[in-house]
Amino acid sequence: MGDGNVKVLGAWASPFLMRVRVALHLKSVEYENIEENLLEAKSELLLKSNPVHKKIPVLIHGDNPVCESLIIVQYIDEVWSTKTSILPSDPYERANSRFWAAYVDDKFFPALRMVLVGTTEEAQKAAMAEVLEGVVLLEEAFKKLSKGKAFFGGDSVGFVDLAAGSLLAWIKVIEKFTETKLLSEAKTPSLVAWADCFSTHAAVKDVFPDVDKLADFGMKLRAKLLKAAAATTN
Amino acid sequence: MATSEVKVLGSWPSPYAMRPRIVLNLKSVDYEYIDEKLWEGKSQLLLQSNPVHKKIPVLIHGDRKPICESLINVQYIDEAWSSGPSILPSDPYDRAVARFWAAYLDDKWFPAVKSVGVAKGEEAKKAAIAQVEEGLALMEEALGGCSKGKGFFGGDEIGYLDIAFGSFLGWLRVTERFNDMKQLDEGKTPGLVEWADRFSSHAAVKDVMPDTDKLAEFGKMVIAKIRAAGAAAEMH
Repeated sequence: MGDGNVKVLGAWASPFLMRVRVALHLKSVEYENIEENLLEAKSELLLKSNPVHKKIPVLIHGDNPVCESLIIVQYIDEVWSTKTSILPSDPYERANSRFWAAYVDDKFFPALRMVLVGTTEEAQKAAMAEVLEGVVLLEEAFKKLSKGKAFFGGDSVGFVDLAAGSLLAWIKVIEKFTETKLLSEAKTPSLVAWADCFSTHAAVKDVFPDVDKLADFGMKLRAKLLKAAAATTN
Repeated sequence: MATSEVKVLGSWPSPYAMRPRIVLNLKSVDYEYIDEKLWEGKSQLLLQSNPVHKKIPVLIHGDRKPICESLINVQYIDEAWSSGPSILPSDPYDRAVARFWAAYLDDKWFPAVKSVGVAKGEEAKKAAIAQVEEGLALMEEALGGCSKGKGFFGGDEIGYLDIAFGSFLGWLRVTERFNDMKQLDEGKTPGLVEWADRFSSHAAVKDVMPDTDKLAEFGKMVIAKIRAAGAAAEMH
Protein backbone atom coordinates (compact mmCIF):
# COMPACT_ATOMS: atom_id res chain seq x y z
CA MET A 1 0.00 0.00 0.00
CA GLY A 2 2.87 2.41 0.64
CA ASP A 3 2.77 5.54 2.78
CA GLY A 4 -0.10 7.28 1.02
CA ASN A 5 -1.93 9.99 2.90
CA VAL A 6 -1.84 9.37 6.68
CA LYS A 7 -3.84 11.46 9.14
CA VAL A 8 -4.26 10.93 12.86
CA LEU A 9 -7.24 12.36 14.69
CA GLY A 10 -6.56 12.60 18.42
CA ALA A 11 -6.12 14.65 21.58
CA TRP A 12 -2.75 15.43 23.20
CA ALA A 13 -3.90 14.21 26.63
CA SER A 14 -5.11 10.83 25.39
CA PRO A 15 -2.94 7.82 26.16
CA PHE A 16 -4.69 5.99 23.31
CA LEU A 17 -3.59 8.60 20.81
CA MET A 18 -0.02 8.36 22.10
CA ARG A 19 0.07 4.67 21.20
CA VAL A 20 -0.75 5.46 17.59
CA ARG A 21 1.73 8.32 17.24
CA VAL A 22 4.58 6.34 18.81
CA ALA A 23 3.83 3.38 16.51
CA LEU A 24 4.02 5.69 13.47
CA HIS A 25 7.29 7.20 14.76
CA LEU A 26 8.79 3.73 15.25
CA LYS A 27 7.97 3.00 11.61
CA SER A 28 9.21 6.43 10.42
CA VAL A 29 5.84 7.14 8.80
CA GLU A 30 4.95 10.78 8.13
CA TYR A 31 1.47 11.85 9.09
CA GLU A 32 -0.75 14.86 9.69
CA ASN A 33 -1.76 15.26 13.33
CA ILE A 34 -5.28 16.66 13.80
CA GLU A 35 -6.17 17.78 17.32
CA GLU A 36 -9.65 17.20 18.77
CA ASN A 37 -10.66 19.21 21.87
CA LEU A 38 -12.02 16.71 24.41
CA LEU A 39 -13.64 19.41 26.52
CA GLU A 40 -15.78 20.65 23.63
CA ALA A 41 -18.33 19.17 21.20
CA LYS A 42 -17.13 16.43 18.82
CA SER A 43 -15.98 17.53 15.36
CA GLU A 44 -17.66 16.59 12.05
CA LEU A 45 -14.55 14.69 11.01
CA LEU A 46 -14.62 12.56 14.18
CA LEU A 47 -18.33 11.79 13.90
CA LYS A 48 -17.84 10.84 10.25
CA SER A 49 -14.71 8.70 10.76
CA ASN A 50 -15.88 6.85 13.87
CA PRO A 51 -19.69 6.85 13.76
CA VAL A 52 -19.98 3.76 16.00
CA HIS A 53 -17.96 4.96 19.00
CA LYS A 54 -17.36 8.66 18.23
CA LYS A 55 -13.96 8.43 19.98
CA ILE A 56 -10.37 9.29 19.23
CA PRO A 57 -7.87 8.14 18.13
CA VAL A 58 -8.75 7.48 14.51
CA LEU A 59 -6.12 6.75 11.87
CA ILE A 60 -7.18 7.81 8.39
CA HIS A 61 -5.05 6.06 5.75
CA GLY A 62 -6.04 7.30 2.30
CA ASP A 63 -9.83 6.91 2.44
CA ASN A 64 -9.85 4.25 5.16
CA PRO A 65 -10.54 5.12 8.81
CA VAL A 66 -9.18 2.69 11.41
CA CYS A 67 -10.48 2.93 14.98
CA GLU A 68 -9.53 1.59 18.44
CA SER A 69 -5.92 2.27 19.43
CA LEU A 70 -4.64 -1.33 19.70
CA ILE A 71 -6.34 -2.26 16.43
CA ILE A 72 -4.67 0.79 14.85
CA VAL A 73 -1.26 -0.24 16.23
CA GLN A 74 -1.64 -3.73 14.75
CA TYR A 75 -2.71 -2.19 11.44
CA ILE A 76 0.37 0.06 11.42
CA ASP A 77 2.57 -2.95 12.27
CA GLU A 78 1.09 -4.96 9.38
CA VAL A 79 1.06 -2.25 6.71
CA TRP A 80 4.58 -1.01 7.37
CA SER A 81 5.87 -4.53 7.93
CA THR A 82 9.40 -4.01 6.61
CA LYS A 83 10.27 -1.66 9.46
CA THR A 84 10.94 -2.64 13.09
CA SER A 85 8.24 -5.06 14.36
CA ILE A 86 5.91 -4.01 17.15
CA LEU A 87 4.44 -7.46 17.80
CA PRO A 88 6.85 -10.40 18.22
CA SER A 89 7.00 -12.99 15.44
CA ASP A 90 6.42 -16.15 17.52
CA PRO A 91 2.69 -17.00 17.85
CA TYR A 92 2.94 -17.79 21.56
CA GLU A 93 4.79 -14.55 22.33
CA ARG A 94 2.23 -12.66 20.25
CA ALA A 95 -0.59 -14.21 22.32
CA ASN A 96 1.21 -13.22 25.51
CA SER A 97 1.69 -9.63 24.29
CA ARG A 98 -1.98 -9.39 23.28
CA PHE A 99 -3.03 -10.79 26.66
CA TRP A 100 -1.13 -8.15 28.66
CA ALA A 101 -2.19 -5.31 26.37
CA ALA A 102 -5.82 -6.45 26.81
CA TYR A 103 -5.26 -6.62 30.58
CA VAL A 104 -4.07 -3.00 30.54
CA ASP A 105 -7.16 -1.88 28.59
CA ASP A 106 -9.80 -4.04 30.26
CA LYS A 107 -8.65 -4.00 33.90
CA PHE A 108 -5.75 -1.65 34.64
CA PHE A 109 -6.82 1.47 32.76
CA PRO A 110 -10.43 1.47 34.04
CA ALA A 111 -9.13 1.24 37.63
CA LEU A 112 -6.67 4.07 36.99
CA ARG A 113 -9.40 6.18 35.48
CA MET A 114 -11.71 5.53 38.43
CA VAL A 115 -9.05 6.83 40.84
CA LEU A 116 -9.16 10.10 38.92
CA VAL A 117 -12.86 10.48 38.14
CA GLY A 118 -14.58 8.30 40.78
CA THR A 119 -17.47 10.24 42.31
CA THR A 120 -17.20 8.71 45.81
CA GLU A 121 -14.20 8.28 48.09
CA GLU A 122 -15.18 4.61 48.43
CA ALA A 123 -15.03 4.03 44.66
CA GLN A 124 -11.70 5.82 44.43
CA LYS A 125 -10.22 3.77 47.30
CA ALA A 126 -11.35 0.47 45.76
CA ALA A 127 -9.92 1.55 42.42
CA MET A 128 -6.59 2.49 44.02
CA ALA A 129 -6.35 -0.97 45.59
CA GLU A 130 -6.91 -2.49 42.13
CA VAL A 131 -4.24 -0.25 40.62
CA LEU A 132 -1.69 -1.23 43.26
CA GLU A 133 -2.45 -4.92 42.62
CA GLY A 134 -2.19 -4.27 38.90
CA VAL A 135 1.30 -2.75 38.98
CA VAL A 136 2.57 -5.83 40.83
CA LEU A 137 1.11 -8.05 38.07
CA LEU A 138 2.68 -5.82 35.42
CA GLU A 139 6.06 -5.98 37.21
CA GLU A 140 5.90 -9.80 37.01
CA ALA A 141 4.79 -9.66 33.38
CA PHE A 142 7.67 -7.32 32.57
CA LYS A 143 10.24 -9.69 34.04
CA LYS A 144 8.86 -12.57 31.92
CA LEU A 145 8.36 -10.71 28.65
CA SER A 146 11.49 -8.52 28.64
CA LYS A 147 13.89 -11.44 29.17
CA GLY A 148 16.34 -9.09 30.87
CA LYS A 149 16.15 -6.35 28.25
CA ALA A 150 14.90 -2.76 28.55
CA PHE A 151 11.35 -3.14 27.20
CA PHE A 152 8.38 -5.51 27.39
CA GLY A 153 9.20 -6.02 23.73
CA GLY A 154 12.84 -6.90 24.52
CA ASP A 155 15.42 -4.72 22.81
CA SER A 156 12.84 -2.53 21.13
CA VAL A 157 9.53 -0.89 22.04
CA GLY A 158 6.75 -3.43 21.52
CA PHE A 159 3.00 -3.87 21.80
CA VAL A 160 2.80 -4.06 25.60
CA ASP A 161 5.23 -1.13 25.95
CA LEU A 162 2.81 0.95 23.89
CA ALA A 163 -0.25 -0.27 25.79
CA ALA A 164 1.20 0.34 29.25
CA GLY A 165 3.74 3.10 28.54
CA SER A 166 1.06 5.39 27.17
CA LEU A 167 -0.42 5.50 30.69
CA LEU A 168 2.77 6.66 32.41
CA ALA A 169 2.03 10.38 32.29
CA TRP A 170 -1.42 9.78 33.80
CA ILE A 171 0.17 7.54 36.43
CA LYS A 172 2.43 10.48 37.35
CA VAL A 173 -0.61 12.80 37.55
CA ILE A 174 -2.41 10.41 39.89
CA GLU A 175 0.73 10.04 42.02
CA LYS A 176 0.73 13.83 42.29
CA PHE A 177 -2.98 14.14 43.18
CA THR A 178 -3.08 11.26 45.67
CA GLU A 179 0.44 11.72 47.06
CA THR A 180 0.92 7.94 46.63
CA LYS A 181 3.68 6.29 44.64
CA LEU A 182 2.15 3.81 42.19
CA LEU A 183 5.52 2.74 40.77
CA SER A 184 8.27 2.43 43.38
CA GLU A 185 11.82 1.12 43.74
CA ALA A 186 10.60 -1.03 46.62
CA LYS A 187 7.65 -2.80 44.92
CA THR A 188 8.15 -2.36 41.16
CA PRO A 189 11.85 -1.70 40.47
CA SER A 190 11.78 -3.09 36.92
CA LEU A 191 8.85 -0.88 35.98
CA VAL A 192 10.60 2.19 37.42
CA ALA A 193 13.61 1.55 35.18
CA TRP A 194 11.36 0.74 32.22
CA ALA A 195 9.31 3.92 32.71
CA ASP A 196 12.49 5.94 32.34
CA CYS A 197 13.60 4.07 29.18
CA PHE A 198 10.17 4.39 27.61
CA SER A 199 9.52 8.07 28.32
CA THR A 200 12.93 9.15 27.04
CA HIS A 201 12.84 6.98 23.89
CA ALA A 202 13.27 8.94 20.65
CA ALA A 203 9.87 7.79 19.34
CA VAL A 204 8.13 8.75 22.58
CA LYS A 205 9.61 11.87 24.14
CA ASP A 206 8.00 14.43 21.83
CA VAL A 207 4.49 13.06 22.43
CA PHE A 208 4.87 12.34 26.15
CA PRO A 209 2.62 14.95 27.76
CA ASP A 210 4.01 17.46 30.25
CA VAL A 211 2.83 16.19 33.65
CA ASP A 212 1.84 19.62 35.04
CA LYS A 213 -0.14 20.46 31.90
CA LEU A 214 -1.79 17.03 32.09
CA ALA A 215 -2.61 17.47 35.79
CA ASP A 216 -4.32 20.76 34.96
CA PHE A 217 -6.30 19.05 32.17
CA GLY A 218 -7.13 16.19 34.57
CA MET A 219 -8.75 18.65 37.00
CA LYS A 220 -10.83 20.18 34.21
CA LEU A 221 -11.87 16.73 32.94
CA ARG A 222 -12.83 15.56 36.43
CA ALA A 223 -14.88 18.74 36.96
CA LYS A 224 -16.65 18.23 33.65
CA LEU A 225 -17.46 14.59 34.41
CA LEU A 226 -18.64 15.32 37.96
CA LYS A 227 -20.91 18.06 36.65
CA ALA A 228 -22.39 15.70 34.06
CA ALA A 229 -22.89 12.98 36.72
CA ALA A 230 -24.64 15.45 39.05
CA ALA A 231 -26.90 16.58 36.20
CA THR A 232 -28.06 13.03 35.50
CA THR A 233 -28.74 12.16 39.13
CA ASN A 234 -30.84 15.28 39.79
CA MET B 1 4.39 -28.04 17.15
CA ALA B 2 1.52 -29.53 15.15
CA THR B 3 1.46 -32.92 16.87
CA SER B 4 1.64 -31.56 20.47
CA GLU B 5 -1.25 -32.13 22.82
CA VAL B 6 -3.94 -29.49 22.66
CA LYS B 7 -6.57 -28.98 25.36
CA VAL B 8 -9.43 -26.49 25.59
CA LEU B 9 -10.92 -25.66 28.96
CA GLY B 10 -14.44 -24.36 28.39
CA SER B 11 -18.06 -24.44 29.44
CA TRP B 12 -20.80 -25.67 27.08
CA PRO B 13 -23.14 -22.63 27.45
CA SER B 14 -20.30 -20.17 26.88
CA PRO B 15 -20.16 -18.41 23.52
CA TYR B 16 -16.50 -17.57 24.18
CA ALA B 17 -15.52 -21.22 24.66
CA MET B 18 -17.02 -22.05 21.25
CA ARG B 19 -14.57 -19.80 19.47
CA PRO B 20 -11.24 -21.63 19.84
CA ARG B 21 -13.06 -24.96 19.26
CA ILE B 22 -14.45 -23.79 15.92
CA VAL B 23 -10.98 -22.67 14.80
CA LEU B 24 -9.36 -25.95 15.87
CA ASN B 25 -12.08 -27.76 13.90
CA LEU B 26 -11.44 -25.59 10.83
CA LYS B 27 -7.74 -26.36 11.08
CA SER B 28 -8.46 -30.10 11.61
CA VAL B 29 -6.48 -30.08 14.85
CA ASP B 30 -7.30 -32.80 17.39
CA TYR B 31 -7.91 -31.54 20.90
CA GLU B 32 -9.23 -32.61 24.25
CA TYR B 33 -12.20 -30.63 25.49
CA ILE B 34 -12.58 -30.20 29.25
CA ASP B 35 -15.96 -28.88 30.37
CA GLU B 36 -16.16 -26.65 33.42
CA LYS B 37 -19.46 -26.45 35.25
CA LEU B 38 -18.96 -22.84 36.24
CA TRP B 39 -22.23 -22.62 38.13
CA GLU B 40 -20.84 -25.21 40.54
CA GLY B 41 -17.59 -23.32 41.17
CA LYS B 42 -14.21 -23.00 39.47
CA SER B 43 -11.88 -26.01 39.22
CA GLN B 44 -8.25 -26.08 40.39
CA LEU B 45 -7.17 -26.48 36.76
CA LEU B 46 -9.00 -23.28 35.78
CA LEU B 47 -7.65 -21.27 38.71
CA GLN B 48 -4.13 -22.47 37.96
CA SER B 49 -4.35 -21.92 34.20
CA ASN B 50 -5.87 -18.45 34.32
CA PRO B 51 -4.89 -16.90 37.63
CA VAL B 52 -5.35 -13.33 36.37
CA HIS B 53 -8.96 -13.57 35.14
CA LYS B 54 -10.08 -17.03 36.36
CA LYS B 55 -12.21 -17.38 33.21
CA ILE B 56 -12.73 -19.81 30.38
CA PRO B 57 -11.83 -20.50 27.63
CA VAL B 58 -8.22 -21.46 28.24
CA LEU B 59 -6.11 -23.09 25.54
CA ILE B 60 -3.31 -25.40 26.64
CA HIS B 61 -0.84 -26.26 23.89
CA GLY B 62 1.76 -28.87 24.76
CA ASP B 63 3.91 -27.78 27.65
CA ARG B 64 3.57 -24.06 26.94
CA LYS B 65 1.84 -21.91 29.52
CA PRO B 66 -1.92 -21.60 28.99
CA ILE B 67 -3.34 -18.98 26.64
CA CYS B 68 -6.38 -17.03 27.77
CA GLU B 69 -9.05 -14.75 26.25
CA SER B 70 -11.12 -16.25 23.41
CA LEU B 71 -10.12 -13.91 20.59
CA ILE B 72 -6.45 -14.15 21.57
CA ASN B 73 -6.85 -17.95 21.41
CA VAL B 74 -8.40 -17.67 17.96
CA GLN B 75 -5.49 -15.59 16.64
CA TYR B 76 -2.94 -17.89 18.28
CA ILE B 77 -4.45 -20.99 16.66
CA ASP B 78 -4.58 -19.20 13.30
CA GLU B 79 -0.90 -18.27 13.57
CA ALA B 80 0.45 -21.48 15.13
CA TRP B 81 -1.26 -23.70 12.53
CA SER B 82 -0.54 -21.46 9.59
CA SER B 83 -0.85 -24.22 6.96
CA GLY B 84 -4.59 -24.64 7.53
CA PRO B 85 -7.25 -22.24 6.16
CA SER B 86 -6.69 -18.60 7.24
CA ILE B 87 -9.06 -17.27 9.87
CA LEU B 88 -8.09 -13.61 9.65
CA PRO B 89 -8.25 -11.88 6.24
CA SER B 90 -4.92 -11.29 4.51
CA ASP B 91 -5.32 -7.55 3.83
CA PRO B 92 -4.36 -5.32 6.83
CA TYR B 93 -7.38 -3.05 6.42
CA ASP B 94 -9.80 -6.00 6.21
CA ARG B 95 -8.11 -7.38 9.34
CA ALA B 96 -8.59 -4.07 11.16
CA VAL B 97 -12.28 -4.04 10.16
CA ALA B 98 -12.79 -7.65 11.37
CA ARG B 99 -11.05 -6.86 14.68
CA PHE B 100 -13.10 -3.67 15.08
CA TRP B 101 -16.45 -5.45 14.73
CA ALA B 102 -15.40 -8.36 16.97
CA ALA B 103 -14.40 -5.85 19.68
CA TYR B 104 -17.70 -3.99 19.22
CA LEU B 105 -19.66 -7.22 19.65
CA ASP B 106 -17.77 -8.19 22.79
CA ASP B 107 -17.63 -4.74 24.41
CA LYS B 108 -20.99 -3.21 23.45
CA TRP B 109 -23.43 -5.54 21.69
CA PHE B 110 -23.40 -8.77 23.70
CA PRO B 111 -23.59 -6.91 27.05
CA ALA B 112 -26.78 -5.32 25.68
CA VAL B 113 -28.15 -8.78 24.76
CA LYS B 114 -27.42 -9.99 28.30
CA SER B 115 -29.04 -6.96 29.88
CA VAL B 116 -32.38 -7.60 28.09
CA GLY B 117 -32.91 -10.62 30.31
CA VAL B 118 -32.14 -8.88 33.58
CA ALA B 119 -33.30 -5.31 32.88
CA LYS B 120 -35.25 -3.77 35.73
CA GLY B 121 -38.47 -2.27 34.42
CA GLU B 122 -40.00 -1.72 30.98
CA GLU B 123 -37.92 1.40 30.17
CA ALA B 124 -34.60 -0.32 30.78
CA LYS B 125 -35.71 -3.38 28.84
CA LYS B 126 -36.82 -1.30 25.86
CA ALA B 127 -33.51 0.56 25.85
CA ALA B 128 -31.56 -2.70 25.90
CA ILE B 129 -33.64 -4.16 23.06
CA ALA B 130 -33.11 -0.99 21.02
CA GLN B 131 -29.34 -1.33 21.47
CA VAL B 132 -29.44 -4.96 20.35
CA GLU B 133 -31.40 -4.02 17.23
CA GLU B 134 -29.10 -1.11 16.44
CA GLY B 135 -26.17 -3.49 16.63
CA LEU B 136 -27.82 -5.97 14.30
CA ALA B 137 -28.48 -3.22 11.76
CA LEU B 138 -24.77 -2.31 11.90
CA MET B 139 -23.77 -5.96 11.47
CA GLU B 140 -26.16 -6.40 8.51
CA GLU B 141 -24.34 -3.51 6.84
CA ALA B 142 -20.94 -4.89 7.86
CA LEU B 143 -21.86 -8.26 6.34
CA GLY B 144 -22.49 -6.58 3.02
CA GLY B 145 -19.12 -4.84 3.18
CA CYS B 146 -17.00 -7.73 4.47
CA SER B 147 -18.49 -10.68 2.57
CA LYS B 148 -18.12 -8.99 -0.84
CA GLY B 149 -21.09 -11.02 -2.08
CA LYS B 150 -19.96 -14.33 -0.59
CA GLY B 151 -21.57 -16.40 2.17
CA PHE B 152 -19.58 -15.33 5.23
CA PHE B 153 -18.00 -12.23 6.76
CA GLY B 154 -14.77 -14.02 5.89
CA GLY B 155 -15.84 -14.44 2.24
CA ASP B 156 -16.06 -17.99 0.90
CA GLU B 157 -15.13 -19.49 4.22
CA ILE B 158 -15.79 -18.86 7.90
CA GLY B 159 -13.46 -16.20 9.29
CA TYR B 160 -12.64 -14.28 12.45
CA LEU B 161 -15.75 -12.13 12.49
CA ASP B 162 -18.06 -15.04 11.63
CA ILE B 163 -16.68 -16.86 14.65
CA ALA B 164 -16.85 -13.83 16.97
CA PHE B 165 -20.45 -13.04 16.00
CA GLY B 166 -21.75 -16.55 15.32
CA SER B 167 -20.78 -17.75 18.79
CA PHE B 168 -23.46 -15.39 20.18
CA LEU B 169 -26.30 -16.85 18.07
CA GLY B 170 -27.41 -19.37 20.70
CA TRP B 171 -27.91 -16.70 23.36
CA LEU B 172 -29.52 -14.34 20.86
CA ARG B 173 -32.10 -17.03 20.02
CA VAL B 174 -32.73 -17.67 23.73
CA THR B 175 -33.21 -13.92 24.34
CA GLU B 176 -35.67 -13.77 21.41
CA ARG B 177 -37.61 -16.69 22.88
CA PHE B 178 -37.74 -15.36 26.46
CA ASN B 179 -38.80 -11.89 25.40
CA ASP B 180 -41.15 -12.93 22.63
CA MET B 181 -39.42 -10.94 19.93
CA LYS B 182 -37.62 -11.52 16.65
CA GLN B 183 -34.29 -9.72 16.48
CA LEU B 184 -32.91 -11.59 13.46
CA ASP B 185 -35.70 -10.87 11.04
CA GLU B 186 -36.09 -11.46 7.27
CA GLY B 187 -37.58 -7.97 6.95
CA LYS B 188 -34.86 -6.04 8.79
CA THR B 189 -31.76 -8.24 8.58
CA PRO B 190 -32.22 -10.66 5.66
CA GLY B 191 -28.50 -11.14 5.08
CA LEU B 192 -27.88 -12.05 8.71
CA VAL B 193 -30.81 -14.52 8.78
CA GLU B 194 -29.27 -16.51 5.92
CA TRP B 195 -25.77 -16.15 7.31
CA ALA B 196 -26.90 -17.41 10.75
CA ASP B 197 -28.28 -20.55 9.15
CA ARG B 198 -25.18 -21.14 7.06
CA PHE B 199 -22.92 -20.58 10.09
CA SER B 200 -24.87 -22.79 12.50
CA SER B 201 -24.98 -25.71 10.07
CA HIS B 202 -21.29 -25.50 9.11
CA ALA B 203 -19.36 -28.71 9.82
CA ALA B 204 -16.88 -26.92 12.10
CA VAL B 205 -19.67 -25.30 14.12
CA LYS B 206 -22.67 -27.61 14.52
CA ASP B 207 -21.19 -29.93 17.14
CA VAL B 208 -20.06 -27.07 19.39
CA MET B 209 -23.15 -24.84 19.01
CA PRO B 210 -25.32 -25.60 22.06
CA ASP B 211 -28.87 -26.79 21.44
CA THR B 212 -31.24 -23.81 21.87
CA ASP B 213 -33.68 -25.69 24.15
CA LYS B 214 -30.88 -26.83 26.45
CA LEU B 215 -29.46 -23.31 26.48
CA ALA B 216 -32.89 -21.85 27.28
CA GLU B 217 -33.23 -24.17 30.30
CA PHE B 218 -29.78 -23.10 31.45
CA GLY B 219 -30.73 -19.46 30.83
CA LYS B 220 -33.77 -19.73 33.10
CA MET B 221 -31.56 -21.02 35.88
CA VAL B 222 -29.02 -18.20 35.42
CA ILE B 223 -31.68 -15.47 35.35
CA ALA B 224 -33.29 -16.86 38.50
CA LYS B 225 -29.90 -16.81 40.23
CA ILE B 226 -29.19 -13.25 39.05
CA ARG B 227 -32.55 -11.99 40.21
CA ALA B 228 -31.94 -13.69 43.55
CA ALA B 229 -28.47 -12.26 43.94
CA GLY B 230 -29.42 -8.88 42.53
CA ALA B 231 -26.11 -8.67 40.69
CA ALA B 232 -24.91 -9.49 37.17
CA ALA B 233 -23.52 -13.00 36.61
CA GLU B 234 -20.27 -13.62 34.77
CA MET B 235 -20.62 -15.51 31.54
CA HIS B 236 -17.11 -15.16 30.06
